[in-house]
Formats: sequence, C-alpha cells, structure tokens
Amino acid sequence: MIYLDNSATTKPDEAVLQSFDQVTKQFYANPSSIHQFGGTAEKLLHAAKQQAAEILQVERNEIVFTSGGTEGNNTAIKGIALEHQGRGKHIITSVIEHPSVEESCIALEKLGFTVTYLPVDENGVISLDDLKNAIQDDTILISIMHVNNETGSIQPVEEIGKIAKQHPKLFFHVDDVQGFGKVPLELPNSGIDLCTISGHKIHGLKGTGILYVNKHTKLFPLFHGGDQEQAIRSGTENLAGIVSMVKAMRLIKDREKKEVKALNGMKEYLLDELRAIEGVFINTPIDGAPHIVNISVPGIKPEVIIHILGERDIYISTKSACSSKQKDESKILAACGLDNDRTTSALRISLAYDNTREELETFVQALAAAITQFREVME
Amino acid sequence: MQYDHILIRYGEMSLKGKNIKQFIIKLQENLQQKIKEFPNVKVTRTQGRMFVLLNGHDPEPVMEKCKKVFGIQSLSLAIKVDNDIEQIKEAALFALQNAKDVKTFKVAVKRINKNFPIHTNELNQVLGAHLLTNTDGITVDVHNPDVEVKVEIRLEAAYITSKAVLGLGGLPVGTSGKSLLLLSGGIDSPVAGFLAMKRGVHLEAIHFHSPPYTSERAKQKVIDLSKQLTKYAKSIKIHIVPFTKLQQEIFREMPESYAMTIMRRMMFRIAEQVSRNESILSLTTGENLGQVASQTMESMHAINNVTNYPIIRPLVAMDKQEVIDISKQIGTYETSILPYEDCCTIFVPKAPKTKPRLDKVSYYESTYDFTKSIEEAIAGIETIVAHDRKDADEGFSGLF
Repeated sequence: MIYLDNSATTKPDEAVLQSFDQVTKQFYANPSSIHQFGGTAEKLLHAAKQQAAEILQVERNEIVFTSGGTEGNNTAIKGIALEHQGRGKHIITSVIEHPSVEESCIALEKLGFTVTYLPVDENGVISLDDLKNAIQDDTILISIMHVNNETGSIQPVEEIGKIAKQHPKLFFHVDDVQGFGKVPLELPNSGIDLCTISGHKIHGLKGTGILYVNKHTKLFPLFHGGDQEQAIRSGTENLAGIVSMVKAMRLIKDREKKEVKALNGMKEYLLDELRAIEGVFINTPIDGAPHIVNISVPGIKPEVIIHILGERDIYISTKSACSSKQKDESKILAACGLDNDRTTSALRISLAYDNTREELETFVQALAAAITQFREVME
Repeated sequence: MQYDHILIRYGEMSLKGKNIKQFIIKLQENLQQKIKEFPNVKVTRTQGRMFVLLNGHDPEPVMEKCKKVFGIQSLSLAIKVDNDIEQIKEAALFALQNAKDVKTFKVAVKRINKNFPIHTNELNQVLGAHLLTNTDGITVDVHNPDVEVKVEIRLEAAYITSKAVLGLGGLPVGTSGKSLLLLSGGIDSPVAGFLAMKRGVHLEAIHFHSPPYTSERAKQKVIDLSKQLTKYAKSIKIHIVPFTKLQQEIFREMPESYAMTIMRRMMFRIAEQVSRNESILSLTTGENLGQVASQTMESMHAINNVTNYPIIRPLVAMDKQEVIDISKQIGTYETSILPYEDCCTIFVPKAPKTKPRLDKVSYYESTYDFTKSIEEAIAGIETIVAHDRKDADEGFSGLF
C-alpha cells in the first residue's frame, strides 16, 4: 500500500500504540480518585502535561488535553466569544479556515457576533494590511490557521502575533493542526494566546489533542463538570490517549528536526515529476508546507482518479467541499482565485516522514497512466 | 555579534566590610552550581564584578537560572570588545537593537581607562549619533530612557550592556547558617522557606506525616514543594516524621480543646531534636499572627514554650493576600492548594482553644508520658533530598 493522504489522518506509530496499551492496562484508575491507584494515575497525568509543556516550551497549566482539532478550535473560538462578549462581539478569521473554525464563526454570527472573513491572494495567504484594517475596538478574537490543510499554504502567524500583541484586548488563536511537527512555530512571546493541535495528524490516535491556552487567557468552557483540565474541559481524562499523544508529539518533533529537509526534498521531487505530466496543474504555493501538494487535472473528475489509484492500492484524496454550492468545487482554491476548471478537479497528495521516493515514483507513474487511460476512454 | 557574558551586580552584600569575600565566594559557588547544566558556561570575578561567561551559549536559559539566585541586585547581558571605537560602536548598536520594547535610549560612558583616546563626552556623542542613524523610530531621552546603553572602558577591554534585569536581592544562600522549616503543604510554609532563603539561610525541611490518615499524595505534595524551592537553592533535605501514633495518643489522652496546642508543642520538640542531630540552629515556620487558632498570641506563647531555639517567622506581619502573591510568584501556589488532608487537618477539634493557658497545657501533658512515642517518631524519620533537576520518573519511563 502507498498511503499519501497524511493530511486526512496518519498511521499511528507503533510506539504510540504501545504507550496507549500500557497505560490502559496498568494505569486505568481515574486520576480524580483519592486512593493511591488514582494518585498514580494523577502523577502520570502531571508527568504527561509536564512533557507536553516542555515540548511546546510553555507552562504546565497552559496545556488542555482535548479530543482533537475540532474540539480545540470550537473551545478556543466559542470559549473566547462567550467569555468576552461583554467587551466586544467582533471576530476576525480568513476565508480558508477548516470547517471547525468556519462553522464555529457562522454559529456565533447567529448569536449576534459579527465576523470578518479575510480574503487570500493567489498563494492562499492573507494580507497583514487587511488584517490591521479589520481590527476594531470591539474585536475580541483573531483566528487564523498556520498551515492550510488543502494547499499547504502557510499564514504569517508570527507577524500576526506581533500585530495582536499591540492590541492587548483581543486574543489570537492559531489552528496548528496541519503545521505541528512539519512547520516550526514558537509559542513563547509569540502573541499567540491559543493554539490547537491534533493527535491523529502526527501519528497519534484519533480522539486526542491539545489546546494551548495562555495562562492569562480566560475561556468559557464548552464542557462543565468535574473541573478537570483547569476547569476548561471537564470530563474524566483520557489518560492513555493523553500519554500516547505526548509520545507522538515527541516523536514527530524529533523527526522534524532530523528529517524535515528530506521531506521537503520529496515534495520538490514530486512537484517536478507532476509538472512534467501533461494536463496537470500545480495549485500548491511555492513556499508552502513540506508535506502537502495540491494539483488539478482539468477535465477529469477527481473521484475517478482516486478510484483508479485505489485499485492499485495507492491512496490520495480529493477535496470536495460539501458546503459549497457546486459539488466538487474546492472553496479554498476558489478563494485563491483559480478558475472553475481547476477548482473542481483538485487532488491532494499529503506526505509523512515515512514515505519514500520509490513510493512517489510508483504513484507518479500510476497517476500518469490513469490520466492517459481516462483520456483514451473519453476519446 | 552576540552577548558573551552576563554582568552580575551585588545586592546588599556589597555593604559588608571585611567579611565581603565570604559572601562573594558563596554567591559564585551558588551561581556555578545553578548553571552546571550548561556546558562551558563559567562564573568568574574581577575587582568588584562577577561575570557569567556564556562561551557561545544562548543567553536566555542561563539568565533565567541566574535570576533565581539570591544575593544579586541586577543582571545585564553584556558584550566584551577590544578598546577600539569601531568595535564599541558595533556592540552598542547590537545591545540597543536586542533590547525589548525600546522607544527611547541614552548612552552612558564610563572611561576608567584614561588612555583611551576619545574623551567621555565626545564618546557619548559619537555613540549616540551612531545609534540614532542606524535605528528607526528610536529616540534619545536622557531623563527617563527605556534603556541605558552602558559603555565601560576598562584597562583590559570595553564592556557594553543594555537593559538591567532586577535580581531577587537578599543574601547568598548558605551565608546565614541553617534553619529547619516546618513544612505542612499549605500555602504559607513554602513562602516562609523562600523568604528565609532570601536572607541567606540554608534550608532543611521537616514534615509530619500521618498515614493512613494522610495519603502518599500529601507527602508527594511536600516533596514537590521542596523541589520548587530548590530553584532558589542547591538542594533541600526533607525529614519526614511518622506522626500517626503520637497524634492518636494526643487526641485520645488529652482534652479535645487542648489537643491542637499540645500537638504543635510535640512538633516543636521533635523539630528541635532533629535540629540538634543536624547541627541546625533555628526553626522556620509559616506562622502568622491571628490567622488561625494556633496563631494567636496566647497560642504562640504556649506552643513556643517547649523550645528556646530561635524561630524565624517571615510571614508574621503579612496579610494572607501578600503571602498568596508571593506563592504564585515562586510557583508553589498551585501545588499548595491541592486538596489533600495533612496532619493539621485530620484531627480538628470542634473548638480548639484560641487562648490556651500555659499552666493548663503543662498540667495536661504531665498526666501522660509521651516520651516513648516521641522517640519512636524521631527514630522512624525518613530523609529525602529534593534537587533542582528533573526527576527520573517512576515506572512511567518509555511511556512518553
């Protein structure tokens, strides 16, 4: 099998599974139980939090374990909106956010909030001037993703952080689900108040994630209950998931340090090979993330290509944004100003550190063959 | 160009007379100990100055460690260059550009080396002009600048510093002898320990543990608190006293309203004995006038009566909120408020005497012989050493 859909999810690392298994079997007590067995579980929870904090270079009480990216984004956006609505009801985000950000904002609009959706240029990047101009007295939140899940375009979140710092009354949330472990992002002194990470995108398990919440940032919780996770996210801690997530974070950080150049090299190779195929257009911006390649093959329904490749045990994805009027149109590519031919025929190839050049070679040959085969049938 | 050393300015110890040397040597030892983990980073001294030589190491983490060492008035990142005007200009510009949040500056030249060809006033102007022309949006303010770029022309070299970061003040830990801190796990006692250390005290701790009434978590809490305090010292010995039997006896044999007073007297007796064994000359407590029943003037009088050791009570005149603020600042608050039972919370009399009478206390104690239980408690003491370093985890290894 050749798996090239790592932005959708990744294969759990063997070591991550082992951690999960061990914790599930050995430390299944509820960390809130007052008996010694609960005490041990609580210690492990503390140790996990400490480790996560060290990896992110933040403080232990700034880590909130979640069930993943969607929950992290919802908690951050609705949490800020509900807590600080007395101060203002204006939110700034972009037109190319993940649905968990976009839909949260749309939901808040129904509750009387106003949202500015910043446009992007042909590279899928917002303009800092647009952002500055959008900030009003009653702006309470800026939510901008770090790396786009469809195109791999990188937003200037460091710069946005500097702008956010000049407005102490508003909070800045970064969805780093696609960026973590591939595109470095420093949290300390960054102006970033909230940051979402997901476990299953970094070879961890589904249902695990972290929301970084700066200690000076107050949130209205989505889950009330037993006051776990600094009362931001009640619910008995998924300790095995938490420990496995921290393991996944450590492993991907190690690999990022050692292998990000190689990953970039693979992406460049892939781009070169794809450019050489007739009828293939590259949608990914030049300086995008090292693991996402987005292409269009106008005239061929992307699903057809997915199925032809699938028969050969090669897995890539298409982005059909269900929320758009036109079935199959990628809203994100449309936002980048691409024409309809391109936006309705997009394919996404997303890499992991484990992929090899040989796999990419096989994939490129298969894709070229699939395109040829399709054209022959149609003619 | 990068910062190559940290300049350390002495705090109160600079007022010492003939003894100053001991204080300086102690401070150097304490600093050296704190930066052990950074290879090639060294502490050196010249006349009236202490430097931490970075040898290419990133200054930030080293600075963070040094900031927690008592005895320092302030610290500045500094650059050492030859007595050459071009190098001095470059270094001054670097220092200004690397200072955070700066809108205004001033240059302050000290020309100790009178052979240096350019005079002080002229040098001020030359450097000021150089900084102004090479930066944007930064202006000169000689009265209240955001940052003072200090240039010291000494015989051997020129030193350039920018922002001074305040240290913790106080005296180097270890210059004021040893004290035994009664550490309960609450908010107050760690703060008392911190403040004693600030005055140069080398701390050991004693904790009264009453299993099964109190849990392993309560004990761990005290170890964690001590560990937090070691950020300001090298290590802290914790003496954990098995207190269950003695406590049960007190509450069984003594009148309820006096049990708390007598329990505290027992703690002082045991603490004094431990001090004797460890050559410690004083006790430190988190007691505070009027906060709880054991801390009224009458209670303190009755409790203190069992020892003639000096008792350091750094919090005696503080409001609770002030104590909480310090505990947050030193990072013990979060651990302190964990809701585990400790020996002071399990046997709580319904109405403890807030005004115990010494004659009564002595009489009640004389009706029962606690000697054996006190000896047993002391014999059963477990001593743990908390260090300022990451613990090897317990059975969790490999999970992360």
